[in-house]
Amino acid sequence: MRFRIVDQREIARNVFRLRMEADRPVGWSPGQFFHIRVDDGLEHLLRRPLSLCEAEDDRRFSVVYRLVGPGTRRLARKGPGDELDVLGPLGRGFPLHEGDHRALLIGGGVGVPPLVQLARELRKRGVSVLSLIGFRTAEDVMLAEELAECGSVWILTEDGTAGRRGRVTAALEEALEEPPDRFYACGPAPMLRAVQSALAGRLPGYLSLEERMGCGIGVCMGCVHLCRDPEGRTRYRRVCTEGPVFPAEEVVFS
Amino acid sequence: MSGVDLSVELAGLRLKNPVMPASGCFAFGREMSRWYDLSRLGAIVVKATTLEPRSGNPVPRVAETPAGMLNAIGLQNPGVDRVIAEELPHLRQYGVPVIVNVAGSTVEEYVEVARRLSDSPDLEALELNISCPNVKCGGMHFGTDPRTAAEVVGAVKRVSRYPVFVKLSPNVTDIVALARAVADAGADGLSMINTLLGMRIDVERRRPVLATEAGGLSGPAIKPIAVRMIYEVSRAVSLPIIGMGGIVSGEDAVEFLMAGASAVAVGTANFVKPTACVDVLEELAAWCRDRGVRAVRELVGAAGRMGP
Ligand SMILES: Cc1cc2nc3c(=O)[nH]c(=O)nc-3n(C[C@H](O)[C@H](O)[C@H](O)COP(=O)(O)OP(=O)(O)OC[C@H]3O[C@@H](n4cnc5c(N)ncnc54)[C@H](O)[C@@H]3O)c2cc1C
Ligand SMILES: Cc1cc2nc3c(=O)[nH]c(=O)nc-3n(C[C@H](O)[C@H](O)[C@H](O)COP(=O)(O)O)c2cc1C
Ligand code: FES
Repeated sequence: MRFRIVDQREIARNVFRLRMEADRPVGWSPGQFFHIRVDDGLEHLLRRPLSLCEAEDDRRFSVVYRLVGPGTRRLARKGPGDELDVLGPLGRGFPLHEGDHRALLIGGGVGVPPLVQLARELRKRGVSVLSLIGFRTAEDVMLAEELAECGSVWILTEDGTAGRRGRVTAALEEALEEPPDRFYACGPAPMLRAVQSALAGRLPGYLSLEERMGCGIGVCMGCVHLCRDPEGRTRYRRVCTEGPVFPAEEVVFS
Repeated sequence: MSGVDLSVELAGLRLKNPVMPASGCFAFGREMSRWYDLSRLGAIVVKATTLEPRSGNPVPRVAETPAGMLNAIGLQNPGVDRVIAEELPHLRQYGVPVIVNVAGSTVEEYVEVARRLSDSPDLEALELNISCPNVKCGGMHFGTDPRTAAEVVGAVKRVSRYPVFVKLSPNVTDIVALARAVADAGADGLSMINTLLGMRIDVERRRPVLATEAGGLSGPAIKPIAVRMIYEVSRAVSLPIIGMGGIVSGEDAVEFLMAGASAVAVGTANFVKPTACVDVLEELAAWCRDRGVRAVRELVGAAGRMGP
């Protein structure tokens, strides 16, 4: 499908927010991702997965991404009016649960973007939201204001240049003092692993995973992550179609 | 469609058009059926099937390269019994010939998979994958030595009630020698090419990008190699060829047909665009129509014929 870029600007060091509009309405849920061709030519064949960050309605969305390599650099050169070849949103997003009153959102770095629309959806349902978001340093902090519109936000930086010093896991115990019903986490694998082990058996929740993708539509088996099913058997599951969001207890970190 | 006769015949299989997905780029069809009507395909080729379920290689399994990609999936599949019970029956509804890609680590494993598939009514042909570069034991080593290749093909032919296509590895010095060996061993057709062994290094981390270090290169980057190999083999061996390797457009398909392929398979392009197979088909039909070509069959081997 073709999306037209509405605007794009740098919102933190090397982090861009790209707003885009689909040529027709699409269904979506928070936690899903767009699979984007950064260029129509043959040089960059594979699409780049970027999480849905904000949905204004069924056609207007934003993604927030960090410059990593040639693909994201190419994307960052695009501007208003340029068209993008986009699939999605794809995958299974964050499930929302009836009857939840408090939710704990945990994000690290470019794991923060998918939490923004999640926070909005939770808030619309009257759920009170606490977001713990961690970054390396003050220049990397992003989307704190957007999250603050939906609840409380605790910022952490590893060097203490903004918010508290330390990693998100350091603030977890305090975040549980007013007990949430559920947590939702997205970020680098070491963070997810630490969150999983700190909260296992104490709080149900979800982890949103990242893997390198070939197709994004479930046919290549490129994006697998080891998961444990309820019977205790482990097997590879596809992040693109069976995830990217998985119940925290099912995810196995090696 | 369009007044152009797109039908082709391959080793007794009648296809209404020459375009099919390449093995491993289509899984077992369920996901793709959400993107287009699979009955439009000339044939369906499913993921490699082994005797036992395989979980495949660790990640990262894929990496992008200029105009291509590397993969090291490692033949992840649910095993032949589940493929027969759960995956093949649902493909019947499309009324399109189904080709099952077969892989193994020993000659006995290939034979047993072929034997079990022969008891299933839900397919029309086997494609012997003796060219997978992504498993340590098996796969490619069968496809790089003409004697071993002939041995596995002969053994499978003795038990298979379906025609056997043999998928050739491009990771050899003399592809014609391999093609001759498998032809002499009784192959009904050839599929070519599988991926080329390649590698990428993450220079910041100073290590290979893929968990398996090396992987199979596919996509437009390998197209000239595929075209050259098909051209050489089609002139030396009289078996029908399913051509693949970097096809992304109808014009690419034309190039493969002219090189000597009787049908084409689209692999990596499915990852670029889920509708790649049917897009290639439409472009191929339009190409023929625009140039007054009445039947795609006329294109097969056109580049290798002498005289005007
Ligand atoms: C479901 C999902 C959602 C994501 N959401 C976001 C987001 O909202 N914001 C954001 O900044 N990043 C996100 N990422 C990571 C993002 O996809 C990569 O940073 C990006 O693809 C890098 O592309 P590149 O060409 O610049 O980098 P390169 O490193 O040159 O990319 C080479 C190849 O590796 C892949 N790749 C590289 N890093 C990653 C990674 N971390 N995860 C998956 N594939 C990778 C690329 O897609 C490409 O195919 C997400 C990843 C996944 C799987
Ligand atoms: C992710 C991936 C998985 C593949 N799996 C198989 C497989 O299971 N069996 C097989 O014979 N070939 C497999 N192949 C090879 C393709 O079928 C094809 O021969 C090759 O990719 C060249 O075509 P392409 O450039 O159009 O992709 C795979 C290729 C890719 C990219
Ligand atoms: S990226 Fe191909 S199966 Fe997930």
